[in-house]
Amino acid sequence: MEEQNLAQAYRLFECIQCGRCTGGCPMSLKTRFNIRRLIYEALVYENLDIESKKVLWDCSTCATCTLRCPKGLDPTEMVIGMRSILVEGGRIPSTIRDALKSLAIRGNPLTMAKEERADWAEGLGVKEISEGAKVLYFVGCSPSYDPRVQKVAKALVQAFKKAGVEFGILGNEEVCCGSEARRVGEIGLFEMLQELNLETWGEYPVELMVTTSPHCYNAFQNEYQGLDFKVQHYTQFVARLIDEGKLPLSKEVKRVVTYQDPCFLGKQNKIFEEPRKILRSIPGLELREFDRSRERSLCCEGGGGRMWAEGTNPEERLAHTRVREAMDLGAEVIATACPFCLLTLEDAAKTVAGEDGLQVMDIMELVAEAL
Amino acid sequence: MQASLDIADAGFLVYLVEREPSIGGHMAQLDKTFPTLDCSSCILTPKMVDVARHPNIQLFSYAEVASVDGEIGHFQARVKQKPRYVDVDRCTGCSLCVEACRLKGRVTSEFDVGMSKRGAVYIPFPQAVPLKATIDPERCVFITRGVCGKVPACKEACSAEAIDFEQKEKMIELKVGAIIVATGFDLFDAHLKPEFGYGLYPNVITGLQFERLSSASGPTRGKITLNGQEPKKVVFIQCVGSRDKSVGVEYCSRVCCMYTAKQAHLVKEKIPDAEVTVLYIDVRAFGKGFEEFYDRVRGEGVVYRRGSPSEIYKKGERLVVRAEDTLLGESVQLEADLVVLATGIAPRGDAQDLTDLLRLSPSPDGFFQEAHPKLRPVDTEREGVYLAGCCQGPKDIPDAVAQAKAAASSAIITLRNCMEAS
Repeated sequence: MEEQNLAQAYRLFECIQCGRCTGGCPMSLKTRFNIRRLIYEALVYENLDIESKKVLWDCSTCATCTLRCPKGLDPTEMVIGMRSILVEGGRIPSTIRDALKSLAIRGNPLTMAKEERADWAEGLGVKEISEGAKVLYFVGCSPSYDPRVQKVAKALVQAFKKAGVEFGILGNEEVCCGSEARRVGEIGLFEMLQELNLETWGEYPVELMVTTSPHCYNAFQNEYQGLDFKVQHYTQFVARLIDEGKLPLSKEVKRVVTYQDPCFLGKQNKIFEEPRKILRSIPGLELREFDRSRERSLCCEGGGGRMWAEGTNPEERLAHTRVREAMDLGAEVIATACPFCLLTLEDAAKTVAGEDGLQVMDIMELVAEAL
Repeated sequence: MQASLDIADAGFLVYLVEREPSIGGHMAQLDKTFPTLDCSSCILTPKMVDVARHPNIQLFSYAEVASVDGEIGHFQARVKQKPRYVDVDRCTGCSLCVEACRLKGRVTSEFDVGMSKRGAVYIPFPQAVPLKATIDPERCVFITRGVCGKVPACKEACSAEAIDFEQKEKMIELKVGAIIVATGFDLFDAHLKPEFGYGLYPNVITGLQFERLSSASGPTRGKITLNGQEPKKVVFIQCVGSRDKSVGVEYCSRVCCMYTAKQAHLVKEKIPDAEVTVLYIDVRAFGKGFEEFYDRVRGEGVVYRRGSPSEIYKKGERLVVRAEDTLLGESVQLEADLVVLATGIAPRGDAQDLTDLLRLSPSPDGFFQEAHPKLRPVDTEREGVYLAGCCQGPKDIPDAVAQAKAAASSAIITLRNCMEAS
């Protein structure tokens, strides 16, 4: 993409250089990634050398810049556009290249075998959607393959069963939503995955799809074209089950818990209440909010391809800051509702608080304890 | 008020309908005015008194226009006189009832923008016109529950026997030749920018709250303090709820740059060793004496940093304002004891009701639409109905007064023509 096109494609002419994007950017305090300046450079430099901009890999696509822009611009999309130029030129970190290659071949970025995708569900008595169900549980890549996140999927299944939800999974037919591919600039691959997914889903009379990950939810809800059923993040679905009295939480979970708003759930989709509602419904649980929560929440640095690359990030991740903040609050558990947050925060917790220190759990794991 | 005075001086009878218990509007809440630093009440109060005393002005305070029929020269307006539960003919404004009220100090004061408490019976501010008590029907224990001790304390305290719980709403029919709409503005609701933590952090306040804090008639008697503490690091944030599509406000509010400069000056004047920083996008100092005032304020040691902040959070016990200093190209975290949000001017929340009632059109920004943006700035598309002040769009005091005088002149022409025709 030419520079002139960048300016036109992302309406950069309308930018007033107020600086709210950079001022809210969680990376701008740590690296030289300056989104406002990038906008200006794309606007005024005749030949902006995007290829040398390693800082572009710093962005976690948390979209705080987009949220704060007073002129309705979408700097996050501009970063994705700039990354797509890097991808086209083959200038991408090797770890991201491996993830993309795996995505193209195996339908997941984790270099795992396609035919092992549903192994996590073995022995749980989970139906495949082909056996007929109106609710499709879209598991996602990390919850399918990562042993840590598999626990979240299992907890969700446990809750679905308890509540008598008729649901099915795609099994080994499921492929990645493509959200991360799009965010590292591999837009062609995203479109391919979208097509694959839509084709597969089209075979089944699904009425509602529930996702584990806010990243999948966001892609389906806001980026997929031609979806003919409703999509919900599991926090929305489970909050309703609790509301309707279908999921009685009876066991006490006596823990002090704080909640990390995942960017793709909170900032990007304004789902703030449902996760808190679930946590408050758990008997004995005390919810203590972070000072920076909801619209001011701090990104864990897990999105936008950052699971596979550090960019120029020289120091520890923001997840470490978050863990310290949680410890200051006196929290015993950081709860979250996103596989990436879960993994980054847990890593950070082990480093900062030690193996037996602060626990990081998905909301569903806390729910499962209360069942 | 200005339009009423001009028309009344021209010899016509004016009915002035004010929905609040007192006339004066937001200007009565301000401390000093830019760029001359005149005391706001000192220049406003004489006007209010003139209105009250003028033989050609009949004031209906605590009243609302309910309907308007007819046409230019022959309007019939129905005005709803809300019950004050105080007989204004007997009330002397002595405040004995205000002191006696059982809810004294327990009802949030609108005048002090939530920074002080009043009672259920109150006089909004000492210079109120008319200087009469009003009983808040939503809070008064006697009105809401039917009992308040043996005898309501206000009733017992009033030596003029002015308290009257039997008062009912009254409808008043008025015949008028011309109508001037001067319903003013609301302040942008800072809660709509949750990233600034307004409502969450007590030391994040709005520009209007700062005015009360700095005003000698305000809750701190003009001392800039929060919980008794003088702030040493003060950050002003410009353009909160102006020029911001993310909250549906595309326009510039026109007054915030200058009121912020004035407030920064007031901090420096009252707390000379305070560090005062103004974070801005651009400074719009376009009026007479404005640029000079902006120069003066910087000369007094106020630091202007270019960059609109993105969020406020806490670091330990202190507030941190996060921004990019766009001239440095660096992210900064400014510590602050007090943050003042330069909240913009918004159309009144009930502007829609009034456009329906008067059959006017709203502009895309929600303010009332003038008949022609350049050539007919005070006319509306309904003949005989004119606009004055911030109901038509954000403006400062001189502009509001100028427009009021223009609206008065249009109304006078209409009234003259009607007289000659009949």
